Amino acid sequence: MAQIIIRNVRKEFGDFTAVQNSSFTIEDGEFFMLLGPSGCGKTTTLRMIAGLELPTSGEIFLDGEEISQKPPSQRDIAFVFQMFALYPHFNVRKNLSYPLVSQGMPRAQVKAKVAEVAEILGITGILNRPVGGLSGGDRQRVALGRAIVRDPKAFMMDEPLGALDAEFREHMAEELRALHDRMNATTVYVTHDQLEAMQMGDKIVVMNNAVVEQFGTPQEIYDKPATMFVADFIGSPSMNFLKFSGKIANGATEVMLGDQMHAIPRQMQGAAGDLIYGVRPEHVILSDASSYRGKVLATEYLGTTQIVTLDTPNGDIKARIDSAQVARVGETVGLTFEAPKVTLFDTATGLALHSELNSEVLANG
Amino acid sequence: MAEVILKHLSKSFGTDVALDDVSLTIPDGAFVVLLGPTGAGKTTTLRLISGLEKADGGEVWIDGRNVAGEMPSQRDIAMVFQQYSLYPHLTVRDNLAFPLKSPILRTPKSEIDRKVGEVAEVLQISHKLDNKATALSGGEMQRVSIGRALVRDPAIYLMDEPLSSLDAKLRTDLRVELKRIQANLGATLLYVTHDQIEAMTMATHVGVLNEGKLVQFGTPREIYENPNSLYVASRLGLPRINVLPADIFGNVPHGTTQIGLRPEHIRQGEGLNAVVQRVEHLGDQNRLHLVLNGHIITTIADPASEYEPGTHLKITPNNPLCFDASGDRIR
Repeated sequence: MAQIIIRNVRKEFGDFTAVQNSSFTIEDGEFFMLLGPSGCGKTTTLRMIAGLELPTSGEIFLDGEEISQKPPSQRDIAFVFQMFALYPHFNVRKNLSYPLVSQGMPRAQVKAKVAEVAEILGITGILNRPVGGLSGGDRQRVALGRAIVRDPKAFMMDEPLGALDAEFREHMAEELRALHDRMNATTVYVTHDQLEAMQMGDKIVVMNNAVVEQFGTPQEIYDKPATMFVADFIGSPSMNFLKFSGKIANGATEVMLGDQMHAIPRQMQGAAGDLIYGVRPEHVILSDASSYRGKVLATEYLGTTQIVTLDTPNGDIKARIDSAQVARVGETVGLTFEAPKVTLFDTATGLALHSELNSEVLANG
Repeated sequence: MAEVILKHLSKSFGTDVALDDVSLTIPDGAFVVLLGPTGAGKTTTLRLISGLEKADGGEVWIDGRNVAGEMPSQRDIAMVFQQYSLYPHLTVRDNLAFPLKSPILRTPKSEIDRKVGEVAEVLQISHKLDNKATALSGGEMQRVSIGRALVRDPAIYLMDEPLSSLDAKLRTDLRVELKRIQANLGATLLYVTHDQIEAMTMATHVGVLNEGKLVQFGTPREIYENPNSLYVASRLGLPRINVLPADIFGNVPHGTTQIGLRPEHIRQGEGLNAVVQRVEHLGDQNRLHLVLNGHIITTIADPASEYEPGTHLKITPNNPLCFDASGDRIR
């Protein structure tokens, strides 16, 4: 198993730049998510690590060795695709043993290895069945098994759960993560689903328009987004952006929204012009005491919690509150915000302003 | 708008029973969501109401009429499908106006213009009215196809997973929008989905379908807080309800074979000793996967909580739901 370092990697297809200048490190044994909307360059990045595309420039290190221009066969990486392709005329055992037999491994060793992998995946009972009659879940387990059986240095997975329906997908996500915890294999996983990324990943790279927007643990990215794109893409509902214009001094601890001062984490960077007061829905508090008011536009019941959409002097926002708390459409309520969790953004650049909350994370890129 | 009543509706396709004796009243002005997995009978119900399929047994009543003998066009319904099918050669305006230009309706031009303008306003596509339908994004196209239903003033709107092909952000926005439009128009709407979030957030009433049978009908809150079977309890709630053997915490009513324990209904710090197996940081909450006597239990914790795998944690149930061997609720 291995560490993977991506350094200044760039990929162009003719005039089109798919990946601009990516740098990040995937530590040995990590479950690493490449997250972003379609067309952001995440799959291209994965394919460059696997050797299915060659970077236009930059370096990729696998276990200390620079491999960016090597063919896939020399990289010792296993790739699991969205549409798992099995050999339909083979049974499960033959599907699993094929990669080993073709490497020239002795028969007894192949048998032992296949048995071990089947045990890990819980498919020992179906080894002699033809793959044709298997359920979707078992087919996917076999496809995974065929990747695992080679003992590669790392696994690349391109939306392996993308084709599954919601219920089964949730189940397989848990299974995949549990499998990773048993094997501790470095895994790079591409998805456009932020919840999947948060749930499964040790670390996440968020990409947009060929650029790495942020790289960190799920909680860091959620609490301390580096850009407005990340703040918006992660979390459901996403972060509220209250628009305001003003001037913020380095060291400021409050800002003017509407006609009221609101506390913020101590700023470590000044800014002026069109700015954003960014606050997560669960950090919006309905409180009659506040003179900052919002009108309830909609409520959405979610069981224990509810989402309330509010019209404020700084635009529409959403609050996540206890479903036992009363919020009636049409009523006007007072609002306060959990100041220590607030991030300010500069609208022009889309970047977060450095503050006591996020400076450590943002300094790491 | 009108009330729609289904009486003992049944439908089979060959040996497959798609719908089995479903009776249901959709009150005037209600937003009813039928929830169920693929194959539960959701779409069949819509097709029977619209007249695209003929029932084997039972009746459909729309606005006080038994519509058995009526063609789809006579039933006064508007339907929105999962896949938007717009006329690609027409502008957004002409797509929206199309249903009103039907020779049967004889709508005056000024009335058509007014209706189209109004609906475009509500759906926030006024600025795109003169675009070709094909020059729109996926979300805009779906809004136009919803709009094409809304320009009419039918007895009931039938919608078949209209948001499922859209991306997550847009779906969230349109959920709120659709609910608002329905409330403003006072429209009667029957909406089918397999997405529990859509059902909970938009519906005035939820009907839960299981293999062609309507197993519970009530407000989202009733369905969530007071499910009458384990099946219904498992359909709503994220993370999913924990299903555990009856005796795991002791003390359950006679006849209970399993309990359902919602992740948020577990108190931490007292009770039995569980071991943390995995922690997911979802941002607004931490999801804990615990093991108690060999059973996996999911619960939630504050995002600031710092549990590591291997940590011991005492838990006790808070209002577990009790079920008998056939999955029916024991109260």
